[in-house]
Amino acid sequence: MTAVWWRIAGVLVVAALIALWGEIAALKLVSPVFLPTPARVWFALVNGFGRADLAEKLLGTVGHMMGGWAVASVAGVGLGALVGSSKAARDYVGPTLEFLRPLPASAVIPVAIAMFGLTPRMALGVIGFGSIWPVLLATMHGFAAVEPRLGEVARALRMSRWQTIAKVSLPSATPDILAGLRLGLTVSLILAVVCEMIAGLDGLGQWVLLAARSYKSADIFAGVALLGAIGVVANAMLSLIEARALRWRTSSGS
Amino acid sequence: MNAAKALALPAALLVLAEIGARAAGPSDSIAPPTQVAAAFVGALADGSLIAATRDTLASAFGGLAIGASLGLVLGIVLGSLRALDRLMELALELLRPIPSVAVIPIALVALGFGYRLEIVIVSVACFWPLLILARAAVGGVEPRLIEVARALRLSPLQRTIKIVAPAALPRIFIAFRLAAGISLIVAVTVEIAVNPQGLGYEVMTAGQALRPELMLAYLAWIGIVGFALNAALIFAQNRLFGEAGRIEAPR
Repeated sequence: MTAVWWRIAGVLVVAALIALWGEIAALKLVSPVFLPTPARVWFALVNGFGRADLAEKLLGTVGHMMGGWAVASVAGVGLGALVGSSKAARDYVGPTLEFLRPLPASAVIPVAIAMFGLTPRMALGVIGFGSIWPVLLATMHGFAAVEPRLGEVARALRMSRWQTIAKVSLPSATPDILAGLRLGLTVSLILAVVCEMIAGLDGLGQWVLLAARSYKSADIFAGVALLGAIGVVANAMLSLIEARALRWRTSSGS
Repeated sequence: MNAAKALALPAALLVLAEIGARAAGPSDSIAPPTQVAAAFVGALADGSLIAATRDTLASAFGGLAIGASLGLVLGIVLGSLRALDRLMELALELLRPIPSVAVIPIALVALGFGYRLEIVIVSVACFWPLLILARAAVGGVEPRLIEVARALRLSPLQRTIKIVAPAALPRIFIAFRLAAGISLIVAVTVEIAVNPQGLGYEVMTAGQALRPELMLAYLAWIGIVGFALNAALIFAQNRLFGEAGRIEAPR
């Protein structure tokens, strides 16, 4: 019961913050050129969905993000499983991956542009490259950290290499993989926005940058709010998947 | 032996890239590693590499200092005052998923191009990890230590400085390390997306000038700077906190 009251209090705090923002904007304490009132932002949202093509931009960004993330997830889990389940592969490949990991993914955008031009394929390549790291490294770690006794069990049961991966290593590495997938999703949203800004691809990144160039602050805030909403929904979705995939863990009760 | 194994793959890739790029002939996106190395030496000699590195690091560290301090202060406050934490929870949950790069257009309209734009975006990005991890670190301080503080009748400020901060420090340093990595990434991203200065802008212009060897030289340099920063912070962490610093993500 108290949890509900805290939730209501939290909503009230959000309402109060929005009211404060409205008051600051209405009194023009900050220039309206870059701080619109909440009402104007709301109007920009309604107008954007009604008359302009905001819905299309929203879908564009979600499409870029999910496309790149899907590619990165499949490739990351696959490669991570291959490298993580073999000690020799870890010794040879691990250091190179550790060296590449701190490289800002956005820095490969110019290279990708030189290869693919200002196309959706460029965005797919950049987003895939950027969000593969968290997935790949988390999967490698998950496979490397499988309880050794489980490996002995698999050997005692004469499981093949593939059976061991599918029945022992993969379930044991699932929490790590899911953590990596969550991080990868955050990265892919950021890179989708950046790619849209640079390459002018249909999406919210392009929408907010164009709004900035014409000083339409309400449109910028509307776009930023939608980007936040994408983040909230994507996180909630992953939490749901996580809860389902890890149900066996909580029920076993260690 | 391990070092040899670690270097085998990069060496093989470099040799392959050299042969492949020479066989494929002139290209807009690929250059043989030897030409990349020559371009790197050229950029180093005419000072443009150093100037760009200075611009990028100045913005990254400026933003890191501002964003990390604000996040740290708010994180300690929220971690110590449970009621305030629960009141602010929803507001922070709604703000946090906004990608830092989405703030670029707002800052662009308000500040124009330059250091300030980049510093603001970097500080927004560095604010969150410090806030979240400092809050968790302070909230997770051994309750018996708090009891000791109460028995000694320390004031809340004294308790924070003398008991809570030292106990939470190793985990807060991990948050700082994360934020430092993020600061470089975000600074380069802002430069590539809009801001005409620094390493990100140099990569972008080299690419547009169809000079793949210079572009790849800058890309490699950005990788080296990121790796060196990360290595320096891990070294500092082990040096400062020893075993206590090896607690990874907060539980």
